[in-house]
Amino acid sequence: MIQDLVVTLILIGYAVGVLLTFGTILTWVERKQAAIMSDRIGANRAYVRIPFTQVKLVWLGLFHGMADGLKMMLKEDFRPKTYDALGYALGPWVTFVPVLLVFAVIPFGGTLDPGRLFPPLADWFGGRTYPMQIAKLDAGLLVIFAFGGITIIGAMLAGWSSNNKFSLLGALRAGSQMISYEVVLALTVLGLILIYGTVDLGEIVRYQSGRVFGFVPAWGIFLQPFAAILFLTAAIAENKRIPFDLPEAESELIAGYYTEYSAMKMGLFMFAEFIEIAIVGALFTTLFLGGYNPPWMDDGGFALGGGPIGLPHWLMVPTQLGTFLVKVLIVCSFQILVRWSLPRFRYDQLLAFAWKFMFPLALANLAVTAAVLWLMERA
Amino acid sequence: MKPYPRPRYWNEPTMTWYERAYVFEVARGLFITGRIFTRNMFRWITGRKGALTTYYPEETRADYAPANRGKHILVQRDDGKPQCIACNLCATVCPAKVIEIEAAFDPADPARPKYPARFEIDYSRCIFCGLCVEACPEDAIRMLKEVPNLPALDRDHMWLGKEELLTWSPRKDAAKP
Repeated sequence: MIQDLVVTLILIGYAVGVLLTFGTILTWVERKQAAIMSDRIGANRAYVRIPFTQVKLVWLGLFHGMADGLKMMLKEDFRPKTYDALGYALGPWVTFVPVLLVFAVIPFGGTLDPGRLFPPLADWFGGRTYPMQIAKLDAGLLVIFAFGGITIIGAMLAGWSSNNKFSLLGALRAGSQMISYEVVLALTVLGLILIYGTVDLGEIVRYQSGRVFGFVPAWGIFLQPFAAILFLTAAIAENKRIPFDLPEAESELIAGYYTEYSAMKMGLFMFAEFIEIAIVGALFTTLFLGGYNPPWMDDGGFALGGGPIGLPHWLMVPTQLGTFLVKVLIVCSFQILVRWSLPRFRYDQLLAFAWKFMFPLALANLAVTAAVLWLMERA
Repeated sequence: MKPYPRPRYWNEPTMTWYERAYVFEVARGLFITGRIFTRNMFRWITGRKGALTTYYPEETRADYAPANRGKHILVQRDDGKPQCIACNLCATVCPAKVIEIEAAFDPADPARPKYPARFEIDYSRCIFCGLCVEACPEDAIRMLKEVPNLPALDRDHMWLGKEELLTWSPRKDAAKP
């Protein structure tokens, strides 16, 4: 019993650490990638001086994230005269917490056998194994959508309680946009659920470790390429990033629903947005890119050609953890590429794009998937 | 309510179905930015510079135009003294009023007894218009194409005095003996 607690606490610590690290690192990645894309150098002036020496550590501008955080914490915490102080105070947290909670059901590694990893502790663990995932829920995918929906409430709450017309407009835009794209998001995933036959994310990853036609990994992106594109688009829209950043449109609405927020409250909104990039990356990895397993590899080891070539457990665990992080980072990098490449929609175009373009495509994708599966079952 | 009728222009944009589908053009745009990213990234990784930026205080660009108006210099005579006769015309014409000259008398040089004891330029206010160069009757002040070493932590360190301005001395180019 106490062993379960220890392992779960370690996993939670790892997950929270990874998310917060991603949140800070992505601010740097976004700056640097945008700079390199546009023939610039990027922020690289913040430094940490080693005490009592003149050695200044610059590290390619990595300390700009720290400088940002420090600035957020030291700034004046402005409070507007609002009649809904509670809602105003709750807004950032209602946005931030669900984003962290979503990660609870995402598997970031295969099976962990602490007894084999640390032989001296083998007796204490008694051969117990744990999936590397905080909460092993059968309804994993549904939980993700449930928590994802709470984020809308945070944005609406922040906009409504700020007592500012720009905030209110931004909140209304955020609400209608996120609800529209949530529909598309769920519909694209439905096709995947038909193929995998489960909503348990661990099972989904295990299914993707197999192969189709003998050599192509059975990743969602190969089984459902349309759904992959639609899912990523809808997820970026859900995260309110640039081609879809109408709720925060700086040129029209100052900062949208967080106009009236300053200091660390505003920092929480920004942090939530950056963590959500990582969450979208983790979700896309889990659903479409084969999760924590490298291609042609399953929980037993390399599975291409003849029989499986097993990996020792002490090598398997870091391989899977590392593969997951690399895949997430690639998807995050792609999202940043999209953010710095595409111009913004007009607001009517945004909703028309959701309901007249993506929604029918998602439905068609679902219908074709269902028909093909039905035919394959009959054959 | 009927929407406001959109005016028709003689050059209405026409899009093919390919552009109207939007997805292909998005893919093309992503390909372009991604290509530039990988190209620049490859340059950085192989130790070259993948950006057009000049790292200003550490680097200065090598390709200033010959006509660029940068740092001022005082032209020297053959004996190393400034060609300036401290007539104050440049200080008078300067729109930003950045030039300060203190004239002095040199009895040892009867040909040109008046010379500047102090010649200082405040670069925190200089607008690099070049009027001082045009106003000078003795061709004593010119502008180099290189910029002065400006970055400093406060304005008091952005002054250049006579010693710094007298560093340029191609003797054969001096206009008057």
